[in-house]
Amino acid sequence: MEFAELIRTPRVDNVVLHRPFYPAVEGTLCLTGHHLILSSRQDNTEELWLLHSNIDAIDKRFVGPLGTIIIKCKDFRIIQLDIPGMEECLNIASSIEALSTLDSITLMYPFFYRPMFEVIEDGWHSFLPEQEFELYSCSCDEWRLSYVNKEFAVCPSYPPIVIVPKSIDDEALRKVATFRHGGRFPVLSYYHKKNGMVIMRSGQPLTGTNGRRCKEDEKLINATLRAGKRGYIIDTRSLTVAQQARAKGGGFEQEAHYPQWRRIHKSIERYHILQESLIKLVEACNDQTHNMDRWLSKLEASNWLTHIKEILTTACLAAQCIDREGASILIHGTEGTDSTLQVTSLAQIILEPRSRTIRGFEALIEREWLQAGHPFQQRCAQSAYCNSKQKWESPVFLLFLDCVWQILRQFPCSFEFNENFLIMLFEHAYASQFGTFLGNNESERCKLKLQQKTMSLWSWVNRPSELRKFTSPLFEANNLVIWPSVAPQSLHLWEGIFLRWNRSSKYLDEAYEEMVNIIEYNKELQAKLSYKYGFLKPEMHSPCLKFLLLWFL
Amino acid sequence: MEHIRTPKVENVRLVDRISSKKAALGTLYLTATHVIFVENAPDTRKETWILHSQISTIEKQATTATGCPLLIRCKNFQLLQLIIPQERDCHDVYISLIRLARPVKYEELYCFSFNPKLDKEEREQGWMLIDLSEEYKRMGLPDDYWQLSDVNRDYRVCDSYPTELYVPKSATAHIIVGSSKFRSRRRFPALSYYYKDNHASICRSSQPLSGFSARCLEDEQMLQAIRKANPGSDFIYVVDTRPKLNAMANRAAGKGYENEDNYSNIKFQFIGIENIHVMRNSLQKMLEVCELKSPSMSDFLWGLENSGWLRHIKAIMDAGIFIAKAVSEEAASVLVHCSDGWDRTAQVCSVASLLLDPHYRTLKGFMVLIEKDWISFGHKFNHRYGNLDGDPKEISPIIDQFIECVWQLMEQFPCAFEFNERFLIHIQHHIYSCQFGNFLCNSQKERQELKIQERTYSLWAHLWKNRADYMNPLFRADHSQTQGILRLPTTPCNFMYKFWSGMYNRFEKGLQPRQSVTDYLMAVKEETQQLEEELEALEERLEKIQKVQLNRTKVKSKQSEPSKHSGFSTSDNSTANTPQDYSGNMQSFLSRSPSQGDEDSALILTQDNLKSSDPDLSANSDQESGVEDLSCRSPSGGECVPSEDSGKDRDSDEAVFLTA
Repeated sequence: MEFAELIRTPRVDNVVLHRPFYPAVEGTLCLTGHHLILSSRQDNTEELWLLHSNIDAIDKRFVGPLGTIIIKCKDFRIIQLDIPGMEECLNIASSIEALSTLDSITLMYPFFYRPMFEVIEDGWHSFLPEQEFELYSCSCDEWRLSYVNKEFAVCPSYPPIVIVPKSIDDEALRKVATFRHGGRFPVLSYYHKKNGMVIMRSGQPLTGTNGRRCKEDEKLINATLRAGKRGYIIDTRSLTVAQQARAKGGGFEQEAHYPQWRRIHKSIERYHILQESLIKLVEACNDQTHNMDRWLSKLEASNWLTHIKEILTTACLAAQCIDREGASILIHGTEGTDSTLQVTSLAQIILEPRSRTIRGFEALIEREWLQAGHPFQQRCAQSAYCNSKQKWESPVFLLFLDCVWQILRQFPCSFEFNENFLIMLFEHAYASQFGTFLGNNESERCKLKLQQKTMSLWSWVNRPSELRKFTSPLFEANNLVIWPSVAPQSLHLWEGIFLRWNRSSKYLDEAYEEMVNIIEYNKELQAKLSYKYGFLKPEMHSPCLKFLLLWFL
Repeated sequence: MEHIRTPKVENVRLVDRISSKKAALGTLYLTATHVIFVENAPDTRKETWILHSQISTIEKQATTATGCPLLIRCKNFQLLQLIIPQERDCHDVYISLIRLARPVKYEELYCFSFNPKLDKEEREQGWMLIDLSEEYKRMGLPDDYWQLSDVNRDYRVCDSYPTELYVPKSATAHIIVGSSKFRSRRRFPALSYYYKDNHASICRSSQPLSGFSARCLEDEQMLQAIRKANPGSDFIYVVDTRPKLNAMANRAAGKGYENEDNYSNIKFQFIGIENIHVMRNSLQKMLEVCELKSPSMSDFLWGLENSGWLRHIKAIMDAGIFIAKAVSEEAASVLVHCSDGWDRTAQVCSVASLLLDPHYRTLKGFMVLIEKDWISFGHKFNHRYGNLDGDPKEISPIIDQFIECVWQLMEQFPCAFEFNERFLIHIQHHIYSCQFGNFLCNSQKERQELKIQERTYSLWAHLWKNRADYMNPLFRADHSQTQGILRLPTTPCNFMYKFWSGMYNRFEKGLQPRQSVTDYLMAVKEETQQLEEELEALEERLEKIQKVQLNRTKVKSKQSEPSKHSGFSTSDNSTANTPQDYSGNMQSFLSRSPSQGDEDSALILTQDNLKSSDPDLSANSDQESGVEDLSCRSPSGGECVPSEDSGKDRDSDEAVFLTA
């Protein structure tokens, strides 16, 4: 397909762009296959460079011959374009609509993007499962890498390589897969080096109404327990929901068949409930009325912070079982691709210092979200402004990032990355020039040949020039478990995401800059001081150093 | 003391607010000035000190099998739940505290017995730190338009006003006295702030006694004089900070507001800030929300909204913003009043001044601002904050609201203020503590009669001495945010106003961020200063060596080993979350959990099983915290604020989960 077919009017002059906190700009609007570009004629600089895939919804209005297009983006920004000429406006609107909702993934920008930067390290190979396994479990001989899913035949949403108990062979895994939703048999998610306890995750057991059981499944998860120990199964659904799931062939682990395990039900919402929550929250944030009370009641009615609280609470509970109770846990909901991953990954943020570093966090996203088969393509297809009610959109990943931000807010010195890093990940999950978040699982990514045809987000991020933007100056490696507070007083609206386009961040940015300056200056002085101490060493008698000394003074 | 029925009760338990399962066993002492709880735990012997004057309410609850619970609510938002084994002891403590918390004479207050071991001269100097006549000079007064008036010498005209007042030059004593007779409690229009850049001023007064039709020529002349004192504008704003309905109701009582027809060239404006009773109830409702045990997000947000607190804060801010804009953008003078002109008027004038003048955003300037708009202009501290036993209907968190407005501004403009959040919290604490004489009484006149300056110490000197603790590390005198007027966005920003957990939940350390950026940056800056000094010394030394070397003399290397460099490294004194401190705890968890984990966890987690939400996690998640409270690093803090000791306890955050 040629994009040209979709672009009836590639260029319109005298278009006026309106954005909050900026003066209106008049310029020339250009449409390309993947971008909407507006450049003001005065100085030939582009004022706007927007990926079509970032467009969530558009509205058009006409007043006489002047058309107005309101573009609502997936990153919650709203911009307005005034376009002279009804025909041009209609053409532009229909082109944008078509280009922002392309069916085929292979037409997406990542397949056309040619990087203008030098790739230092290919992000596609930055986090290989084998290496990660080494990092996390080298000390234990109870676990092994299994290649049973090499062809994605056992579980289509799992990666080819998974970590399982050493005592369980691939044959048993195949059997367990038939007993778990989507073939998602229990695999290792996290190994707590301090006490050897683990987090496992899976899909729900397919017990159905007649209480079907699977010996291999029981054996597999019991194999993760040490002698005489018991574990916890955290079901992210309420008991009622879990019971209802039996009617559809799903269910939960019966005590009788899993006597060494204690089951805990939490209720983390999923799917459209989260999507509606996001829509309401963004609507509340965009509401510009004077009334203070309406803001709070709208914030409350969105339930967004309630979801945050529930997810964080469950993650804390999981971390507590591991670190405080010294008990291993298995976590699942229904499919094990959404709330399950929120909990396993947040528990690791709490427990594992490495996941609070930039690289460790990237590895976490690679392992617990991408490899673990969170369906990014489905979940992030639309954002808060989309009217069409599709079943699969859900801000699961955004909620996870928000929870990370909440912890970061409470422990600002314990994270190597700053808020901008999280915002960047949110943006790229919804619209990106990189292939990282395309597809719903590894199997799809393989078929799309993303590694060959697109660039990895990590290739771009992990260059010093980018890393500088995302590194928190406050970071001081903290090897401890960090326990966040989940009291309502401690949970806040993530302004950096939700009010980003509704308030000027000038003063906050200045404060951040000042903070960086204070710390940089301190480091500079330290460096200077140790450099100068160098002159006091005995070697200073060498003529070369003496020269240096003279030069320096 | 005759009011103490029992000075000491043993085996009292102090219940942890968040997790009721956790309680510390100890001894309760009643002294003439404090309630003190000392924990039995031999390694910590943690002490909690509560000043009697901080006690807001004492509640005796129904006796249970474990003993008799006593709930003490403090004005600085601390909440103490004690369980006293014997009903009789509990009753004695209760009766004693009821009396001790409500002194009837000023002489009973702590400031008359508090002795910081300063000599007379130091005390006098302390009182001289903040000088209002200096402040008026700084504003550029007197000048061609304004003069110091002695009309209120010996409080002859108005007993709640200060003696030193600035009035327009054209306002004769006759006009002032005439105007004062037409104003509630004779609080005639006087200068609060002078914006010398454009000669616009903020004046304050009480409501006019206009009733339905009364007029007063002198009052009209007074307003005229204020207008004339600002040649740049041909009108003045008269801002009535009350809701219109309240102001109209006052007319029936012979009071009311200015009729635009009677005064030439005024623009009259209502800005609806509610009265002290509404504010008192609002705070009460908000504190109930803060007290909720493990509330859901909806409980909290709904309760916060229902309290109306943030709406009131916004109303005060809006009024301040309106006035600041009128003065700076329209170059128009503003006369502000409410009913008596000592509550809402004080709030609004001080917010406007803070927005207009960077000086008030400095440490000393902020003290001056409180001294000027609150203390000197007769804000009724004694009545509002219940220092002496009095009418509970007079109590209202008026200055608390102003302090919160400042915090809200600090959140918006992180580099604009020289002081930090702790400064505000400590001022709030001392308004209620009665440890210093500054906030005693209802007016300057009363303070003079009590000879406060000879008998008590000044808070400002104390804060100034410890100013290192109150500095905002992000403040830089030459920063653009520091200069000029603070301009808030013109678009309505409801979301701008946030719940201040650092104040209202400040004793629940577990709810606060575990690492404080402010404290971290303060430590870095302190270290930076040391590094600068060291570098300078080193450079001098190197210079000497250089000379020596040029003389081809040998230098002993011994003398030049780098001084303990790592001693300053930030990781050492700033993050405080070093694993060493923590390993002790870590060990005990490890030794416990493998063997006992099963039973303990079964118990707790089964409970959890029954309920869908986990009521204790908000408390439990507190445990390891990873990070020792940075505030323990702060050198002053607890020294003169004894109750703050309760925040210094490092081990209290330990595993609630396991000890349960």
